[in-house]
Parts: sequence; C-alpha cells; structure tokens
Amino acid sequence: METFVFFYFASIIVVTAGLVVALKNPVYSALALLVMFFHVAGLFVTLHAEFLAIIQILVYAGAILVLYLFVVMLLNLKREEHFHSQLIVGLFLGCVLFAEAVLLVLKGETTLGKNLADANTTVELTRGNTESIGELLYTTYLFPFEVASLILLVAMVGAVILTKKGILEGKS
Amino acid sequence: MDVPVSYYVVLSGIVFSIGLIGVLIRRNIIIILLSVELMLNATNINFVAFSSYLGNLSGQVFVFFALTVAAAEVAVGLAIIIALYRHSASINIDDFRLLKW
Amino acid sequence: MVYALIPLLPLIAFVVLGLGGHVIKERAHLIAVPAVVGSFLLSLMALNEVASGAILRIPLYTWANSGDLTITLGLFIDQLTVAMLLLVTIVSSLVHVYTIGYMHGEPGYARFFSNIALFTFSMLMLVMSDNFLQIFVFWEAVGLCSYLLIGHWYERESARAAATKAFLVNRIGDFGFMVGILLIFVTFGSLQYQDVFSQLDQMAGGTVNLLGAIGGNWEISVMTMICLFLFVGAVGKSAQVPLHVWLPDAMEGPTPISALIHAATMVTAGVFMVARLAPLYNLSPVAMDVVAVVGGVTMFLGATIALTQTDIKRVVAYSTLSQLGYMMMACGLGAYVSGMYHLLTHGAFKALLFLGCGAVIIALHHEQDMRKMGGLKNKLPVTYWTFVIGSLALAGFPLTAGFFSKDALLLSSWMSGGLGQMLTVLGLLTAMMTAFYSFRLVFVTFWGESRVDPHHAGHVHEPSKTMTVPLLILAVLSILAGYIGIPEFLAPAFPGGEGGGHHEGAAATGIMVMATAAGLLGIAAAYFVYVKSPGLPDRLAAQWQSLYQLSLNKWFVDEAYDRTVVMPTLKVADSLWKRVDVAVIDGAVNGVARAVAWGGWVTRVLQSGQAQNYALAMTVGAVVILGALIFY
Repeated sequence: METFVFFYFASIIVVTAGLVVALKNPVYSALALLVMFFHVAGLFVTLHAEFLAIIQILVYAGAILVLYLFVVMLLNLKREEHFHSQLIVGLFLGCVLFAEAVLLVLKGETTLGKNLADANTTVELTRGNTESIGELLYTTYLFPFEVASLILLVAMVGAVILTKKGILEGKS
Repeated sequence: MDVPVSYYVVLSGIVFSIGLIGVLIRRNIIIILLSVELMLNATNINFVAFSSYLGNLSGQVFVFFALTVAAAEVAVGLAIIIALYRHSASINIDDFRLLKW
Repeated sequence: MVYALIPLLPLIAFVVLGLGGHVIKERAHLIAVPAVVGSFLLSLMALNEVASGAILRIPLYTWANSGDLTITLGLFIDQLTVAMLLLVTIVSSLVHVYTIGYMHGEPGYARFFSNIALFTFSMLMLVMSDNFLQIFVFWEAVGLCSYLLIGHWYERESARAAATKAFLVNRIGDFGFMVGILLIFVTFGSLQYQDVFSQLDQMAGGTVNLLGAIGGNWEISVMTMICLFLFVGAVGKSAQVPLHVWLPDAMEGPTPISALIHAATMVTAGVFMVARLAPLYNLSPVAMDVVAVVGGVTMFLGATIALTQTDIKRVVAYSTLSQLGYMMMACGLGAYVSGMYHLLTHGAFKALLFLGCGAVIIALHHEQDMRKMGGLKNKLPVTYWTFVIGSLALAGFPLTAGFFSKDALLLSSWMSGGLGQMLTVLGLLTAMMTAFYSFRLVFVTFWGESRVDPHHAGHVHEPSKTMTVPLLILAVLSILAGYIGIPEFLAPAFPGGEGGGHHEGAAATGIMVMATAAGLLGIAAAYFVYVKSPGLPDRLAAQWQSLYQLSLNKWFVDEAYDRTVVMPTLKVADSLWKRVDVAVIDGAVNGVARAVAWGGWVTRVLQSGQAQNYALAMTVGAVVILGALIFY
C-alpha cells in the first residue's frame, strides 16, 4: 500500500518536473510546478513530516509561486522560440550526473546513520511533529533561526531597493 | 518502512537532474529560476527522507531553513529580473552579455 | 712609507680637480702643479735612499685573499723604479707648467689638469708596482688616461676616433698581457715579483704541450710562452709593429700630452715592463729574439715614414716610434741598461721636441703643416735653439745625452751576437735616417723663406715664459743627462744582465765612430736637400715615386688593417645584428608575447558572457569530481 502511494507521488513529481522544464509557456510551467509542490507535500506527509508538508504548501505554493505568477503577468511574457544551443550537452550532462550520484550512493557504505542519532533529537511519535520541531528549533537551532529571520529581512530590503524606479539613473 | 530509502534518493536525484537540465537549456530567466526551485525541492525530499529513516529531526529543521532561504532567494531574484526587464525590455538570458570579454 | 705620497699627491689633485673643476676653472694649475712638484721632490728623496744601495719594499694594502690567490697593493722601489719616477715626475711637472701657457683660456682647462694628474698617478703606481696584477691595473689606467686625453677636444670627430683607436689597439695588447699574467699565476702560484723571481731557477726548464688537448705534441718552454704573451702587452702599449697604428693618430690630442704620454712616459711602459721582468726574459732566448726583431722592425719602419711626413707632430711621433724600437731592440738583445738609458735620455729630448712643436703651433695659431712654415728662427729664438738642441740629441750628435745613450745602445747590441750585429747595422742605417728627418724638420720649419699664412705672419712671437722655461730646462737635461752616470746607477738593478759602463776595445771605438758618422751624414744630407737645393725634394719624390708613396702612406698598414680586420668585423657585427639579434632574439621575445596573446585569444572563448555557459562549466566540473570519487 505504502509503496503504491510512494510510486504515485514520485511519478507525478517526476512528470511535472519534466513539464516545468519542457513547456514553452511560462504560466504553464508555473502551474506544473504548483502540482509538483502539492505532491511533494503529500510525500512529506507519508514521511511523518506533517509540519513541513503544510509549510511547503504555504510557503512554496502559496508565496513563491504566486510571486512568480505576479512577475510573469507583470512582464507580459511571450513564448520562447527555438531550442537552446546547449540542449544536447545539457541533457547528456544531466543524465551523467544522475548516474554518477546513484552509483556513488550504491557504492558507498550504508551503515551510516545510527551513530547520528542523538538522544535529544530522536523523534517521538507520541508528540506531534510540530511540537517536536518547534522544541528543536528554539533550543538547539536557535541561532540559525535568528539568522534566518535576518536573511528574510535582507531579502525584503533588497527586493524593495532593486525594483525602486529611478535608482539606476542616480538621484535626480 | 516498506519503501527503502534508496528509492527516495533516486527520486531526489531525478528531480535534481531535471532541475539542472532546466537551468542549462532554458532561455527564459523566470523558468531558470523555477528550475532552481526544482533543485531545492529535490534536496528537501532527500533531507526529509533521511530524517524519517534515521529517526533524527535535524533533517526536518534543515528543510525548514532551506525553505526560508529559497523564499528569500526567489524574492531577490525576481526583483533583479524586474530591474533587468526595465533596463532592456527582455528577459532572454542570451541578451545579457556584459560578462563577455 | 712617505713614498706612498708620491703617487698620492697627483691622485688628490685629480679628485679635487675632477669634482670641483667647474668651480675652480682658471685656477686649476694652482692645485695640479704643486702636487706634481711635490711628487718630484719626494722622488729625489727616494733617489737619495736608493743610491746608497737600499731597495725599498713597502706593502700598502691587502685587497683580497681567495684560496691561493692574494691580491695586494704595494710599492717596490729600486734603481730602475727611481729612474722612472724621476723621469715621470720631471717631465710631468714641466708639462704641467707648459700647459698653463698652452691651454690658457680653453674651456676644458681644469678637466685637462685633472686628467693629467690622474695619468701621473697611474704611471707612478705602474712603475712602483710590486706585483703583476697591480702593474696590469695601472697599465689599463694609463690606457684610459690616454683615451681621455687624446679625446680632450672631443667635439672633433677625428679626436674621438683617434682616442677610440688608441684604446682598442691597446686593448689587444692588454689581452695578451692578461694571458701572460694568468700563465704566471698558474706556473708560479703567486703574483708578487719577489715570489716569481725567487722561483725562476726551479721553473726554468718547464715545458708545456700546446697540442696536448687535441692529442698532439708540440712542446714549448713555459718561460717562452709567458714572455711572449707579456710582450704582446708591451707591443700594444709601446706601439711596436704591428700595433703601432694608434700612436700617430694620437697626435690629435693637445701637444703637452703628446709630450708627456706619447714620448716620455706611457709608451715607455712597455720597455719598462720588459726591463723590469729581465730575469724572466733572460730565461727565454726565443722570446728575446722576438723582442729584438720586433724592436728592429719598428725602428726601421718609423724612421722611413718620418722622412716624408708634413705635419710636424707626425714627424716627431714617427720618430718616437722609431726610438721606441731602438729601446725594445736593446732589451731584446739583453742590453737592458742601455735600453733604459736611451729611454731616459729620449724622454728628455723627445718631450723637448714635442713642446717645441707646441710652441710653434701656438705661435702660428694652430698651424701644423710644415709646408706653411719657414723663416721662424729669428722670430722664435728660444724655441728655435732649444729645438735644435733636441734635434741634435735625437740625431746622436757628439756631446749630447742622445749621443751617449745611442752609442751605448748600439755597442751593446753589437756585442750580443749574430742577430745583434745585424740589428746594429740596421740601427746605424736608421740613425742616419733619424738625423736626416730631424734636421729636415728643423730646416723646413725654421729656416728659409717664410711660407706662413699672411694673416698670421704679422703676429708671430715667442710664447710666454710658462712655455719657454720648460723648453730651456729640457734642453739643459738633453745635454747633461749623458754626464750624470745613469748606466752605472742602473747596473745593480740588472744582476747578471749586461753591465753598464763603457766597454773598451776596438769594437767600442768603431761603433762610436760609425754612429757619429751616420748622424753627421744625415744632417749634412738634410742640409743639402732642403737648404742648398730648393727643388730637389720634389724631384727626388717624383723619381722614387713608389718608395715615396709607401713612406708617405705609412706603408699602408692602416689600410691593410681596415681591409682585413675592421671591415670583416663590421660585416660580422652587422649580420649578427640583423640575423641574430633582430630575427632570433627579438623574434623569440616577441614570439613569447605573441604566443601568450594567442593563448589568451583561444581561451577567451570561455568567457562568453552567457550565464548558462558558466552553469554548464560548473556542471562539467561537478561531473568530473564525482567521477573521480567513483573511480578512485
């Protein structure tokens, strides 16, 4: 049963990922990406990462994709025309990279893992996923959490400045 | 745990490769950025899969942060695209050749 | 130790005048003259000490110590050195005084004095050296001073060319000298005269196989090799054939230095060197024969050319060449004392002749061609009479110093064997020619109708006291130098060599008579040709046209050198420049630059400016690294 669910999600993810890359119309690509995001969230749920699934939908699908669609509409883009010169090389290299990655994983040791388990951070299936993540986030990973907020601040300020009209022409 | 973790690794690899190919062969800058999102998602899947199989929540926290950074990056990237569009009315990456010798 | 001041005073004068010349200007002689006169007085002190039999060795300074080689600076003063010291300081002082008048008002006044002070310093150090390296250093130094002084009027291209010629020809000789010094070091292990002389007995029989490197067999005595190489240096410096070509051209320099350098002192350095190294030469009969023959050829050649020259300084220059040949010949025949005797007397009367020429030149406003002179004997009396005395000494007229020294020289040559006798006959013939040309000079310049340029004819008058007093002093010396017992003084410096003094016997009287006869015959012939029969010189020249041309054109030696040495060298240099320097070396250097540029042009393609290309490159890199991880 679980295998079937996994294969369903995985196949949709792969297909829509391919569609993102292959479709000419940018709006269609964005919509394909949206479908992919939902299925990734589903995958997360099967992996007992419910909090992350919801966050994925909220942030990725709800914020990032919407932003993309805003920009696409704003710039009123047209379809792309011919194939890129790097098509063949790119495809080839992508496949090679994938093959290498798989080979590496198969060749490598599979005993890693159990030593990584830390007493404080083992998952407790009895408590909720959200609570556990929250506890981890505000204790062990507090500093990165604060830094992340700083990153978001920088991004906000940067985005505002970059799109301010007249900043490239200098102060007038 | 019927599904071995290697399946998730393979899935993650496939999505990552697709994203990489997308970066290399698309000319529209927005699609390129979308492909970058694909790559990020692939790593997220990887992290979460391992987090589940190793029983360690650090993986999920990592995804949390990767998500945050992805969001910030998209915001800034799109702002740059808008600025570029204002400058040359095109978002075809072939048109931006300032790095040429 | 105070004798170190002898060379030091002129050196100080050189430094002061060299650095402050543009400030001192017209007062330069106030520094130079006292310095040189001071050296002269100190040399008298040295004379006093040496005359009582002492030999002074004064080590001054150890310059370097490297393994077996020790380089020092030191002074060695024996009778030979003292004689040279006195010659150099006397003539230098007189020339300094003369220069005050001769170069009066010239812009290069201070520079001239500083250069002659430097020369005096170098020459004094040369004669006082106690080791081979020191003599070589100062040998080069006098060559340098000669270059500076010949080219004193450097605005003239002929002066520049003559200075360069002198330096280059000297350099050829110096190369031989250097090889000789290297051989001495290799053979004897030391550069000090003392060490070398004391080891001579052991090394005398040593031979070296010249063809040993290529498996042949040609044994030559080491001493012969050394002496021949050292002699090459003397050939260059003392203007012997074949390196004599620079001396006549050196007349481009001001007359005072012709007197100082090219008559009395620098050119005698070669003869001095052979005499100083007499113990070495005595061990190599072959080398001595070579020296004698070279000297003889030079003696004859110089005299033949002097017969037809029209520039008064050139006549005296070729005369110097000839007399140097005499001295070298004497040394080559083992008659070192006679050779040095003649060197000393020649220094006096040749300097006198040159300074006399200078007086005439100044009086006639820089006219040097004797065809434009004449009738000067009443207008320039002091110059005339001193010039006559000098010419008499040169011709070997009885009772002058030149008579005694030339007589002693010819006698010693005769007494030294078969080669010596042949050369003595040549010497007598040359003596006749010497007398002829020197009185030709006197008669054409001073006697007869005045052929002076009418513009200057009215202003001809005796030059100033600073110029005439040295002439008088030198005239006195030209006579007295025969009576002060120079040979007896010098004899102790050459133990085992030919002793000084007068030989008795039939040969002695015979030679004396023949030498005197040759001289008087020459004077009479000159009188007959140039005074009694006015058209005779031209008729003689027309009749013996080829000989005349040969003599007038200096036996075409310069032309031969030009054709065989200079032109090929210039051609080789030209082709080396065009083919090697431009094509190969510049080509290589530019080629490297072009290769780099080409490499850049090729790799530039990577910088396409397209971000996706860069992403592709990154991907390729990732693939490669992962591949490395997999396979290793």
